Formats: sequence, structure tokens, C-alpha cells
Amino acid sequence: MLLAVGLIALIAIPVYAEGVSPALRRIFSLRDYNTRVVMGGTGLLGIACGVIGTFMVLRKKALLGDAISHATLPGIAIAFLVMVAAGGSGKYLPGLLIGAALAGLLGMGTIIVVRHHTRLPEDAILGIVLSIFFGAGVAILGVIQKMSTASAAGLETFIYGKTASMLAEDGRRIAWAALVLISVSLLLFKEFRALCFDSSFARVQGWPIRTLDAVMMGMVVTATVIGLQAVGLILVIALLIIPPSAARFWTEELRVLVWLAAGMGAFSGIVGSGLSAAFPDLPAGGVIVLVAAGVFLVSLLFGRARGLVFRAVAHFRLEQRITRQNALRALFEVSEQTPPNQPVTEKALHEVRYWRGMQLRRALRRLERGELVRRIPGGWRLTADGQQEAQRMVRNHRLWELYLIHHAAIAPSHVDRDADLIEHVLGHEMVTELETLLAAATPEPTVPASPHPIAPSTGEGHA
Amino acid sequence: MSWTLLDTWMLATGILSALSCALLGNFLFVRRLSLMGDAISHAVLPGLAVAFLVTGSRDSGPMLLGAVIAGVLTAVLTQGISHAGKVEESTSMGIVFTTLFAVGLLLIVRAADRVDLDPSCVLYGSLELTPLDTLEIAGLHLPRAFLVNLSVLAVNVLVVWLLFKEFMIGAFDPMLAATQGFRPRWMHQLLMALVALTAVACFETVGSILVVAMLIVPAATARLLSNRLPVMLSLSLGVAVGSAILGHLGALTIPRLFGFEDTTTSGMMAVAAGVLFFTALIFAPRSGILAHARDQRALRHRIENEDALATLYRRERHEIPASELPAPRLLRRLIRRGFASQTSGEWKLTSRGKEEAESVVHAHVLWERFLVDHANMREDHAHQSSERLEHVTTAEMREILTEVVENPDNSPDGGPQLPSA
Repeated sequence: MLLAVGLIALIAIPVYAEGVSPALRRIFSLRDYNTRVVMGGTGLLGIACGVIGTFMVLRKKALLGDAISHATLPGIAIAFLVMVAAGGSGKYLPGLLIGAALAGLLGMGTIIVVRHHTRLPEDAILGIVLSIFFGAGVAILGVIQKMSTASAAGLETFIYGKTASMLAEDGRRIAWAALVLISVSLLLFKEFRALCFDSSFARVQGWPIRTLDAVMMGMVVTATVIGLQAVGLILVIALLIIPPSAARFWTEELRVLVWLAAGMGAFSGIVGSGLSAAFPDLPAGGVIVLVAAGVFLVSLLFGRARGLVFRAVAHFRLEQRITRQNALRALFEVSEQTPPNQPVTEKALHEVRYWRGMQLRRALRRLERGELVRRIPGGWRLTADGQQEAQRMVRNHRLWELYLIHHAAIAPSHVDRDADLIEHVLGHEMVTELETLLAAATPEPTVPASPHPIAPSTGEGHA
Repeated sequence: MSWTLLDTWMLATGILSALSCALLGNFLFVRRLSLMGDAISHAVLPGLAVAFLVTGSRDSGPMLLGAVIAGVLTAVLTQGISHAGKVEESTSMGIVFTTLFAVGLLLIVRAADRVDLDPSCVLYGSLELTPLDTLEIAGLHLPRAFLVNLSVLAVNVLVVWLLFKEFMIGAFDPMLAATQGFRPRWMHQLLMALVALTAVACFETVGSILVVAMLIVPAATARLLSNRLPVMLSLSLGVAVGSAILGHLGALTIPRLFGFEDTTTSGMMAVAAGVLFFTALIFAPRSGILAHARDQRALRHRIENEDALATLYRRERHEIPASELPAPRLLRRLIRRGFASQTSGEWKLTSRGKEEAESVVHAHVLWERFLVDHANMREDHAHQSSERLEHVTTAEMREILTEVVENPDNSPDGGPQLPSA
């Protein structure tokens, strides 16, 4: 992935330095009619693929597009043969696309049939259809290559794509197909959502699951076929998989996810085909996919819902919060047993709980900055604020302990560990509820006594 | 069809690579990574391109190395993204291989300025050309591709033979493998490296479609025929050889039927594998479509027979009106099987029929009692459930039921009373 982004830079920077920036400006200001068509077409393709791809990725069927796009090859080859037999040149594009669509549908049907009759895993079924159909396509192309009557040159552009030769007519075709796909997705949004997350709910609702599934697969076939010409049969898979997976790092909300994936698909299509139009040697399909891969990489790292950085920060914060609470609590519990105004030594803190490396020292310093503890000769002491905070927390902790002992029938020796885990996630409401539950036994402001002796810890991680 | 020495070599090379791929395919199948072959076949492109750009030649050594590295990279990145980003494994595979393929495509187009490097020609060897490129070993002129595939197969067989247990446990139960000290992650990486090596060696010699097909189809076909991995393994090898032979014959003969010349053998081998797969899907002795239909039909007949017998039985005991008769076709079937007879227009159960009927009705009554007395089912509901359960009650179950239901003679819905059970 890094490689991909690096490569874009590697290729783009030198060319840019040679002074092509006016060309770039011309491309992205959409002055050329042909550029407008190409960018509009790939942008719409990106939207349509992003929307359908979202459902496929959520249903863990991301590679369905892979199987179906490979399955179109024999259709293209047979359409070519048929058109040649009918006396044409065999390269009439709509004819080839119809062949591709029919073969794609046949592949889809095969997947459904095999899925229905066997218990083979989905990926094996996809692989079977993919390889058999593609093999048939290769075999038929082999026949075509040996024909003397017609030249097959150019058929392989379907494998690699040839965006630059897209005509206004093609752009319009892609636009129509994309519009149909998007409106079907919107109309069936509720049903598709149920299919993704809760197919038994859909069944209970009486929705025709098999038909819905077939409709969804039919949409994949459509997207694949219109994508064939723009980006080629291998890279159209990328448009179905990468934008939805990238969008997944930003949101948990399906509606947002769908639009985000559509937007990312459109961005990849427009920027990719724009870049490829600006620089002579960049095949559009490849650039579009690399732009999408770049978007994915950024999302993987910085996505707000699941990105790596976000998760690392969240993890770090949680750990800090827990350490802080543990340090405060340990201080409080040790100072309960030391005479007033005596410092709590770090040694004593180490005895009640296990601390990793510099963990305790750092936590104490942070507490000191927050003026919750103060360093005094020979050790540490809680400040008034710290006392209050620690008291609140320890009370919370012991309430839990009591609750677990009295209401959840947990052996007292196990209580501390359970409470340790729970107190850090304990909400305000729950505390109030527990308070009313246990207030009878313990007067308000005081901390209830610990139900177990606060002994030096015997094992790691146990207080 | 004219068979020449060339055909023999092509077929031999094809069989060797089919065997290599099918062997590894079993483990990919179990790990649900069947599409890894497809992914690697696309993802090796940048490896080939980089090797070419670095060395400036089309020597197969560096190319092979570059491709294997790209192949292993695919596996590693797939796992890495899937793990780090919590993305489903097949999704992350799709992301990785399409991206690598795009990188390769761009690199090749950049390189094409300097030299002719056609992606399809770099990526896909051709089985047809294998016999032309020969090496001399001990005075024999052997095709290079044959030797390459032979060594790959030898490596695969050796590794699988040595590590069979580890692969098997790692594939089915990585947790168990880890507790047994088998290092499933290393085994997985080793498997991936083997797949990459095999795939690349075969692409270069026989073309990628054959590899993709042979990694998937033989294993899946064998799975339809057997539940046990060792059996599945040998069956898949058989399917691989079978598809190679059928494929080559098909490539020579089938296009002629339509008035064309012969076609690509590797493509036809994939198609032949598909034919074998669908044959197994339809005719597999236990799980095939026909076997399934046969079982369904047998079950339906049994249920119809039992219901018809019970009706006749109850009719004879005047528990239901005499006008109620099973459908004529069922009556004919009962006669054919010697369960019933028709004398002067009246239907009678034979002694065998009576025996059968009694056991069905007995089961029905037992179930009714059990459901009402022990499962708190309402009486008017118990009859319907018992109608279904009576057909799946074995003799052993009946014994147990009899024990549970101490007094089976009182049917709750006032239905049939048995003589003495």
C-alpha cells in the first residue's frame, strides 16, 4: 500500500517538474470535451460501484465481483465470434458488452446453483466459477486468435481497460447504468440493510431473500460490465472493494457509509482519470485504483471510527485513565492504613499492586500536575482535591464489591479483580442505582469499609 | 486428431503443474483461501516488473525471485491489513491484489518506453511453447518447463509429506495447533510461500489460468466426494490429472467440431476441471444432486406409505369412516410392496402391512402421550406434531418413549387405541 502511494509520487513528481502543470490545470478545469466525458463516466462508475460494493463488503462477499468480472470473458469472446459469423468486424462494443453481461449473469446463476446444492465455502464457489469461466474465455480467445477471417486485436483491452478511448456515447451509457444502480439501491435500501445485518429478520418480514440476493448480484454484474471498458475486468473489482472498505474506517452508520463509499469511488474515478489524462504514460485503470488505494491507506491510518491512529490513541487514553485511577486508589488505600500526615512511600504502593516499569512514577507525576497528589519528604500525599477524587472512586469500587458479593454471588476473594475491570467503565447512572441499593448499609459521604483485608498483593495485576 | 511428441510433453508438463497446484489447493480450501491463487496470479505483476527494471533483462531467475517476493508480499499484506484494520480476510485480499496489479500495470507501461514488455507475455507463459525450450540433461533433451514443474512438484510433495500433520491441524484448528506447539502462523506463511512459488513457476511455464483453476477446482471436487482430508487429497490429485488429460484432448478436438483450429490447452484444462466438478456435483454418491433427490424421494415414499398404512389400519379398526381411502397410486404401491391386498373390492392389510402399520400408529400414540404429559403441549396440538414425529421414530426411540410414557393405551385426543403394545 505504501508502495502504491510512493509510486504515484514517484511517477507524478518528475513529470510534474517537467512543466506539465498547465496540462493538469486544463484537465481539472474540464475544458476538454473528451476529458469531461471520461472523468464524468469514471466518477459515476465510482459512485455506483461504491454503493453496491458497500453491501457486498458488509455481506462478506467482496470477491463476488472478482468472480463475476472474470466470468464475463467467455461472453465477450463468444459475442465476438457470433458477430464475426454474422459478417461484422466483431468489435461492435454494445454487442460485446451484452455478451459480457449474459456471461456474467450465467456466472451468477452458477454461483447460486452451486451454493444451493453444496456446502462448499463461498470463496471456493466463487473461485470455481471464476476459473472455469475464465478458462473457457481463454480457450475461446485461443480459437479466435487462430482465425484468419477476423483480427482479435483489442479484445484484451477488456482485461486491462482503456479509459482514454472512452467516447461520449460510452460516458452516457455508464451514466445511465450508474443512475439505475443508484436508484435501485436507494429504493431497496431497507431490504438490503436487513440482508447485510440480519437476514433472519428479513425472512421474518416475508421479504423474498433469494430474489433480493439475486437483484444485488445482478447489480454487481451490471456494475462490472460497465466498468469493464473503463478500468478493465480486473481493476473494476478494486472499485467494488476498496472504497467501501476505506469508508468503513470512518463510520459505523450504514447510510453514511454508503454515501462515503460513493464519494470515495467518485473521487478515485475523477482524480485517477484526470491524472491519467494529464500524463501521457499513465493507464487510467491503474491510476484510478492507486488513487483508491491511497484513499484506503489514509482511511486505514486516520479513519475516525476504526483507523489505526484513532484506535491507538483511544487505547492509550483508556490505559492512562485506568492507571491514573489505580494510582489514586492505591494511594488512598495505603494512606488509610498509615498514620495521618505520614507520607505514602512508593515501596508501599508497589506492595499493594503490580506496576509496569515506570508506570507508577509517571502516573504519580501526572497526578501531581493535576494537583491531586503532592510530593512530600519520604513519599507522596493526597491533596484535598485528590482526597476527594480518590474517595469518590474508592467508594465506587467498594460499592461494586458489595454489590457483587451480595447480589451477584461472587466469592469475596474474586471480587477485587472483577471490580477493577468494571469500575473504569461504570457510568454515573449505574453508580446512583447502586447507591440507592446500598445506601441503607452505608451512610452517604463515607467510604464503606473494604469487605476484604487490603493485603499486599500476591500476584501480578491483582490488587 | 494427430498426437505428436509435442503433445506428450505438453500434457506431461500440464499434469505436473496441475498436481502441484491441486496438492496445495486442499489446504487453501480448508483455510477458506481458495482465491489466494487468483490473487497471487494478479499480484505477481509488480514483482516481475521490478525484477525487469532492476536487471534490465528478461532472465527467468530474477523474474522468478521478484514474483515469489510479490506473492509472499500479497499473503503477508492480506493478513496484515485484515489483522490491523479488522477487515475481513477476503476483502483485504481483494484490496491487496488489485492494488499490486495496478502498480505492476503502471510500472510495465513506464518500462515499455525502453523495451517491449507486454504484460500478457510477461505474466502468462504458454503450454504450447513448452516443448520448444529444452535443456540437455544426461544426453536427453528435456523441456525446461517440464523440469521446472517437476522440481516444484517434488518440493511440494516433500513439504506436505513432512509437515502433513502440522498443515492439517493448522488448517482446521489453529488454536489447537498453537497449544501443541506447531506454530500455525509459521505454517501458514510457509504454505503461502509454497503457493507463491508454485504459482509463479507455473505461470511462467503453463499460464496463470491453469494455476488458478487447479488450486481451486480439484480440491472442491474432491470435497464433494469425501469428508476426510487424506482421501480428499488423493481424490483431488486424481481430478487434477483427469482434467489435464481431458483438457488437452478437448483443446485438440472440440474446436474442430465447430470448424475451428485447436485452442489453448491451459484454458481447456480449466474447463475440463469444471466439467469434472459439475459431474461430481450431480453424481456424487452421497452429497450429489441426484443422490440427494433420490434420498428425498425415498423419504417421501416412506412417509406416504406409512401414512397410507396407518389410514388402512385405522379404517380396519373402524376408527375412521370406511370412505376414507389413501390415494389410488399409494394403494397400488402398497400392493406392489406386499403390504396390502384387495379382495372383492375390499382393502385389507397383509400381516406384514399390519405389523408396519401398528408400529407407526404405536409411535404416534406414544408421541401424543409424551407431548401432552411430559412436554406440556396442548392436546389439540399434540396430534399434528405426532403426525410428523411418527415417521422418524426408531425402534430404540420407541422403547425409550414407552418407558417414559408408562401407560400408552390412553390417547389424549381419543384417537386410536392399541390392543396390547
